[in-house]
Parts: sequence; C-alpha cells; structure tokens
Amino acid sequence: MGNKQTIFTDEQLDAYQVRDSLVCIFTFFLHCSLHGRYHELAPHLVPMDYTNDPDVKVPLALIVNMPELKENPFRNRIVESFSEDGQGNLSFNDFVDMFSVLSEMAPRELKAIYAFKIYDFNVDNYICKEDLEKTLNRLTKEELTPEEVNLVCEKAIEEADLDGDNKLSFADFENMISRAPDFLR
Amino acid sequence: MPKKSDTARKLDDVGIEIDGDVESAEEDKKTKGRGAKKPAAGKRGKAAASEDGEDEDEDDEPPKGRRAANKKKAAQADEEDSDDDIPQRRCAGNRRRGKVRESGRDGENEKSGRKSRKGGNKKKDGKGKGKDKENDKDSDKDEKKKKNSSGDDSKSDEEEESMSEGEMAKLMEEVEEKKKLIANIRNKPWRMRRRLKVLKEAQQFVDKFEGALGKGKGRKLYAYKVMMMKVLMGLPYGSIPRKTVPRDEQATAMDYSVLMDFNGYCKYSVLFYGYYNNQRTIGLLKFRLPLSYLLVGIGTFGYSLMVVIRTMAKNADVGGGDGEDNEFTFAWKMFTSWDYLIGNAETADNKYASITTSFKESIVDEQENQKDENIHLRRFLRVLANFLITCTLGGSGYLIYFVVKRSQEFANMDNLSWYEKNELEIIMSLLGLVGPMLFETIAELEEYHPRIALKWQLGRIFALFLGNLYTFLLALFDEVNSKLEEEDSIKNASIWFVKEYYANYSANNPNDTGTPPPIDPADIIRGPCWETTVGIEFVKLTISDIQVTYLTILIGDFLRALIVRFLNYCWCWDLEAGWPSYGEFDISGNVLGLVFNQGMIWMGAFYAPGLLGINVLRLLTSMYYQCWAVMACNVPHERVFKASKSNNFYMGLLLLILFLSLLPVVYTIMSLPPSFDCGPFSGKERMFDVIMETIDLDLPAFMGTLFGYVANPGLIIPAVLLMVLAIYYLNSVSEAYKNANMELKKKMQMARDEEKNRRNNKDSTNQVMKDLEDLLPNRAHAPPENRAEKKHDQGGKSPKVKPGTAGGGVHLQKDVSLASANPSARGPVTRAPGPRGPGPLPGQPGPGRGQGPPPRRQ
Repeated sequence: MGNKQTIFTDEQLDAYQVRDSLVCIFTFFLHCSLHGRYHELAPHLVPMDYTNDPDVKVPLALIVNMPELKENPFRNRIVESFSEDGQGNLSFNDFVDMFSVLSEMAPRELKAIYAFKIYDFNVDNYICKEDLEKTLNRLTKEELTPEEVNLVCEKAIEEADLDGDNKLSFADFENMISRAPDFLR
Repeated sequence: MPKKSDTARKLDDVGIEIDGDVESAEEDKKTKGRGAKKPAAGKRGKAAASEDGEDEDEDDEPPKGRRAANKKKAAQADEEDSDDDIPQRRCAGNRRRGKVRESGRDGENEKSGRKSRKGGNKKKDGKGKGKDKENDKDSDKDEKKKKNSSGDDSKSDEEEESMSEGEMAKLMEEVEEKKKLIANIRNKPWRMRRRLKVLKEAQQFVDKFEGALGKGKGRKLYAYKVMMMKVLMGLPYGSIPRKTVPRDEQATAMDYSVLMDFNGYCKYSVLFYGYYNNQRTIGLLKFRLPLSYLLVGIGTFGYSLMVVIRTMAKNADVGGGDGEDNEFTFAWKMFTSWDYLIGNAETADNKYASITTSFKESIVDEQENQKDENIHLRRFLRVLANFLITCTLGGSGYLIYFVVKRSQEFANMDNLSWYEKNELEIIMSLLGLVGPMLFETIAELEEYHPRIALKWQLGRIFALFLGNLYTFLLALFDEVNSKLEEEDSIKNASIWFVKEYYANYSANNPNDTGTPPPIDPADIIRGPCWETTVGIEFVKLTISDIQVTYLTILIGDFLRALIVRFLNYCWCWDLEAGWPSYGEFDISGNVLGLVFNQGMIWMGAFYAPGLLGINVLRLLTSMYYQCWAVMACNVPHERVFKASKSNNFYMGLLLLILFLSLLPVVYTIMSLPPSFDCGPFSGKERMFDVIMETIDLDLPAFMGTLFGYVANPGLIIPAVLLMVLAIYYLNSVSEAYKNANMELKKKMQMARDEEKNRRNNKDSTNQVMKDLEDLLPNRAHAPPENRAEKKHDQGGKSPKVKPGTAGGGVHLQKDVSLASANPSARGPVTRAPGPRGPGPLPGQPGPGRGQGPPPRRQ
C-alpha cells in the first residue's frame, strides 16, 4: 500500500490504546493490514483514506465471506454480535474489535462474554433451549434426529444451569465455560 | 624403506638375522641412492640396520605397551605383522586386512616385480631368499593361528597401529614413484603393450592412494570416510568370511528373488547381526563394537521403557483431573467443540462429522446408563463370545505353529513354489486381516457399551497379533536350537577344512616352501548363524506387513473409492450412501498396527540392526501415503469411540508389548551361546561376556571387584526386596491420594448440588416476588426485560440479602431452606412449602398471587 501513511491519523492510532512506540509500530501495522483486509471486503465502500473518520459499514454478507469465517457455522452470529446495530453491519471499529477478541491474546473473560453473545441467538441475554437447538444443528449440520437434539439440549441445560430456570444466564455460562479444557479460543 | 626394516626386525624375532640384515641394508642404500626423498623413512631404515630393538621402540610404542600386557600373544602378533610382507598372491583378501592395506601390499608387490623387470639384480634374489624362509615359518604359524581364529584382539590392534605409521610413508613414496613412472614412461625401452599395461596399473594406483596419502585435496575427506567406516563397521565387505557371500551362493547372490528373501548379498550386509565383527577395538579411537552393540541393544529397551512410562504418567496427570465423569459433558461439547481456526471446507466437513459423532457417542453413553435388560441372557452371550474368541485365538496360534514347522521342512527342500516360500508371511498377514473382522462379528453378541466394546476388540486383536508373534517366535527358537546343535559339527568341519587346505597345499606343492595363500573368505565353511536367521525372519515379516498394509489401502480404499465414486453415475442404487460406500478410516486399528510394529522393531532390532532403517523409511512413507488415502478415499468412522480420553490405553498396550519383546532378546543375550563365526559376540560363551571382558581389561581393577560385589546375590536380593517395598509404599500412597481426590470430588459435587438447591429455592421465592411485583401498581409497568436483569443481578447474591420488600413470609421460608444445608438438601426443598402454609404466604405461587399484596403493604 503506497498510501500507508495516510490511512490513519496519529491520533486515531493513539486512540487504539497505543502507549509506547513499539506497540505503536505493531498496532500501526496491525491496523494497516486489518484495514487492508477491511478494504478488500468492499473496495467500493471503504475508502483508502481513513483520516477523517468516514462512517462506513460493511454489510454482513460481505464479511461472512472472509476466509477466516467462511467455514464457521456461527459466522452470521459472530458478525452480528460484534456489530453495534446487531444487524451484522460492521464499521471499521467493530471489525477491529472482532479481530482482537478472536485473536489469541484476548483474555478469556472477554472471550466468554462474546461467546455468550454469539450463542445467544435471540438476543435475550439468556441461552435458552431454542438457542441450544440452533447451536447444535449448526454444529452437526442437522445430522441428529430431533429426539437426540432434544436430549442433548436438555442434558446441556441440566448440567450447566445453576439457578434452575431452564435457561443459561451469563453466570451459568461463564461458570461452565471457564472450566472447559478446550476453551482456548 | 621402513617396511623392509620392519621385516628385518621381525625376521630377527623369528630368528633369521642375516637375510633380513642384508636386505635392510640394501634397502637403505637404495633409499639413499634415490636421493633420500623421505628422511624419516631413510632414518628408520638406517636405525633398523643398526639396531633392531630400538627401532621397535620408536616405531610401535602403543602396541608395545599392549604387548607387555599380554606377553603370550606377542610373538604371534609379530608374526602377524610379518605376514604383511609376504609378497604376491595374498591379495585376494587376507582375513584381517582392510582394503587400503591390501592394495598397499599390491602396490608393493608390483613394485618389487618391476624392480626385477628393470634390472633383475641381486637384490631380488636376496629378498626372495629371506622371504622364502620367512614363509616357511609363517605357514606353520598360520595354521596355528587359524585354530584359535577367534578372539585374538591384540593382534588386530597391532595391525592398526603399524598401518598408520610405517605404511603411510611407504605408500606415499610409492605413489611418488608411480607418478614419476607415468611421467617418463615414454622413455622406457618397452613394447607398447607392456607400456600401456604398466601405465594403466600405475595410474590406477595413483588414483587410489593419492587421496588417501598424498597431497591430494580429497585427503581429509578420504581419511575421514575411511576412519568412520572403520570405526563404525570395522572391516569392509569381503574382507573376512562373515562379511563375504559363500562360494556356492555367489552365483545367485545378486538375483532379485534371492535378494527379496534377504539372502545373498543382503544376508551378509550391515543389515544383519552376522556382519559385525568380534574385533574388540577398532581404530585409533578404540571403538568397542561388540560392547556398544550390546549396550545399544539393552539401552534401547531401557530408554523406550522410560519414555513409555513417563508418557503414561504424564497422561495420567492430565487426564486424571477431568476424567470420565465431568459435569459438563454436553455443555462443553456444545460450546467448545468447534475449532475457530478452521478455514478449509474439507476440514470443516470433517469437523462437523466428528462433532456429530461425539454427540452421538455421548447420547449412546447416556442411553446406556439408563438401559437395563435381561442380565442372564447377556451374560450367557458374553461367555459364549469369549469362548468363541478364545477358540479363534488358539486356532490362529496353532495354525502359525503348524506353518512355521512346515516352513522348516520346506527350508530343506528345493524347487519351492512362490507360495511355499512365503507361506508363513501370507498366513500371518491373512490372519491379521481376517481375525479382527471375525472378532467384530463376535463382539456383536456381547452388546457392550461401544467404548468398552472397542477396548475389548482392541485387546483381542492385540492378543491375536501377540499370540501369532509369540508362536512364530517360539517356533523360531525351536529352529535356533536345532541350528545350535548343528553348529558344533560345522565348527569342527570348518577348522578341519582349514587344516586340510594347508595340508593339501604343502602336499601338492612339495617344492614350494612358501606360505600357502590364505583361503578365500568365500570358501571357508560357515556356521548357520542363527542370529542372522532370526533377523531375516523379522525383516521378512516387516516387509510383508508393509506390502499387505499398502495393498490393502490401495485396493480396499482407493479402488473402492474409485468404483463408488465413478460407477455411481450408472448404477441402480446410490453407491455412496448405500452398500459399498467409502472405506472408513479405522483409527484404533491403525494405532494398534503401529504399536505392534513397534514391538517388532524392539524384538528384531537386536538381530537385524537394519530393521530400524527399514522401519524409518516405512513409517515416513506410510505417513504420507495414509494421509493421502485418508483425505482422498476415506470417510470418518461412523462410530468413533476413543478408547480412552488420555491415550493411556494404547500406552499400556505399548508397555505390554515392550515387555514381551524384551523377553526373547534378554533370553538370547543371557542364555544362548552366540554363533561361533558371525556377529560381534562370536567366540564368547554368552553375549554378555563382553561386559565382563570390558570390566576386566579396560576398567581399573577395583572396578572389577566392585562389580563383583554388586553382582553378588547377597546384594541383589535385598535390593530387589527394597524395590518391591518401595513400589508397595508408593502404591499405597497413590491409593491414598486417589481416595482423597475422590472425597474432594464428592464434596465439590455436594457443594454444587447445595448451591443449586439454594438457588432453586431462591428462584421459587423469586417467582413469588415477581408475582408480588406484578401486582404492585408502580412496578407493573416496568418492562419485562428490566425485571429479568434485576433477577440476574440478584443471582449472585446470597439469598439473605434479599430486598426487604419480599416480606416476612418469604424470609421465613428462606431460613428453613438455609437450615437444611446438608447433602440431602432436596428433602427440605420439597418440604419447604409446608411451613409456609400456616404463614401469611402459601408456598404455591398460585395461591401466592391471590394473597400476595398484603405483606407488601405491611
């Protein structure tokens, strides 16, 4: 990118929690490459020059086609839960947010919060049985019979539900997920 | 020339002073006449002429020390050295000489020949005379030496030493001379043919040795190569009988079919035990090949044992914490099974399949837990199944024993068909193919839980493999025993043959007083070398295993996949979904194959060191090959049941097979006499005598006594006792820890239940409260979402800090529920509504709604 210098102003970069110069350089490149990726998604929408904070949003349909997300069964949910409007349109800030949370270095608590958001399909701040069914069907490509799905969902709720309301609150979810050995995302 | 002076010295030893002296004097003159190109050599020559003893000191310091150590052999050693100077005819491959040395002698001979050609002077006569006499002596000695052909270590040492000093200089000189000859061959008054011949010889000679000795660039590399070869392998192929193909096999030794059976050149190559020499130390570094052979053999087992056990312990550590009975099986599977790094469509498909399977697995688990059926029928079926399987195992064992016996009969016959030659391997491979299928069918009877069924299945296949291997091994040891008996007579025959050879020689050439040429190593009668036979069997087994595996994949997976994929367009039913379908990748079977293969390596590597190389190649290729096969033509197993969470099941199998493969090897090392004419331990009573020898000869004396004490049963038995006690102690400690762990787990479970109960109670009261709130005029309008959030907030708090709005009745009920903070907490919960009855608030939410408002207003 020839115009690297002009994509962001210094203050903008500073705003992305940059302290010392080393981190600055790192973040700068990160943002440049991220911006590159962002730009690639919708070249006609995203300007190369970001110095004056244009209010641009890339729609869900475009983001979902990124190679990182293309095969993910929850891609729509991921994008939706990171978008501010909940419709899956990502501004550049949302985009950076998504990458930082999904990156390796993000703290587990943060990941847990977003994971909860992702699995909460109907956005009622609880993971209820319908959410679980949807999750399961996406995970297994609907290979399981309805009875099996039912059984699994009931079992999952029974295991993780501490307050007995037959749905998982965030506290339940966090309690459960923080003990999972595979929760490394 | 130094070599000649050596000769003089040795002649002195043997007692022929005059000739030797004359010769060395002459040599001296000659060197001088040539312009004293090599001062060192010249000097040495002179020294030899004047004083023999001194020369010896100066020349062979280290060997001398050794000589002092075992004086008995000294004389022999010297004679051995003087053998070097016996000219002509010996080129064919003296028993103890490397190639370098040999051709060095060649060159020498040539030279002396040329000298005679050039001048035909007296020198030759004198020399010849001296040599003749010397040869007389030698022929006697040679015979003697052949008698105790094995185990004369100091002799070989001697050679190595003398090679480095004197011969180097001599060779260098010769190379120079040849070069000169090449330069002015045009000026020689010879016929063209002779000129060409001499030129060719000279050039070959220069090419060969320039790198080794001269200033040529390749010197270092060459020296390094030679040294490494010498250090690692000892003498090269063809130098001694054990490294040479016998005469009657030579015609067919390079045939493809023979090589495929690992006979011919393969049999006498580095691949097998028999190739290694029993020379005690090799080269300047004194590499002790027999000792290291033994130590590597045993060390491999020790190291493998350590690695396996460490891995098992680590697995137990990791797997122990959240073992089989975790609380969140389904929830975790639901929320954490997807790998967010997957970006490849095919991988994603596989992941979907594997997640589905794992869910199915858990569901089956769950259903199995609840199932309860006719226990008697099932017991009967299980007993029946086990009976059938035992029969199968016994049958296969007998079959293999039978086949091995048959193959021993075949071994004595000629004109065998291909099948008869490979019957054993074919039968074993077929059993390996058919057995598992049979077991799977029988296992249907048992109706075990799939995971347990898989373990049984694996255990049975393992037993089959192992049984086959052991039967095979036992039959092999039968053969070994018969070979051991046979060996004695062959040994005698071999010695007799050598004697007779020399007797015949002197009888046939009564006029020739010289030493008969040494027997070509290909002609000497060879023992059966049972170690190599065992090694060959293992290598053959491995090879046939490789072939079967690869062919199975090629036909069973690839061809099937092709047919299914392309015939599907024109077939009556759906081939992909229907009957043939694609092959399934059988993880457990493959792991078992690896385990078994590893066992074969452990067992066979001692007899066939080359087995390691073959297996490295095999594993590398099969990794890529199977990877391709899996990705291209397999589908995931319909019911993947991991045998256990922490692969310790397989590790346990590995440990078992390691132990079982340790047995035969240790048995051979400890109690079978090694072959008399092949392998690093030839000439010893038992293989481990090498260690004793090293302790005696190389370590200081007190170490020997120390080892003597250590090996004393009086010390070993207490040590074993101590170890048993230690194991017992550690075992009981770990048992105690396990109990404590279980206890803690139980407590945690209790605490969790308790918390659940408490929350449940709170929730029910919450429900009441919600209803109350609903009735409140000011709260009724609050959006439901708000309420939900509020409840969520309260979730974390102790029920005691409830908002006071809840009223006294609620409090009362809560106290009751709190009082019952014991594991049987569920009781009080159900009872809880009871006490509430008389209170202002009935426990049921229904009635509560009706009577709700009053307390609120209080």
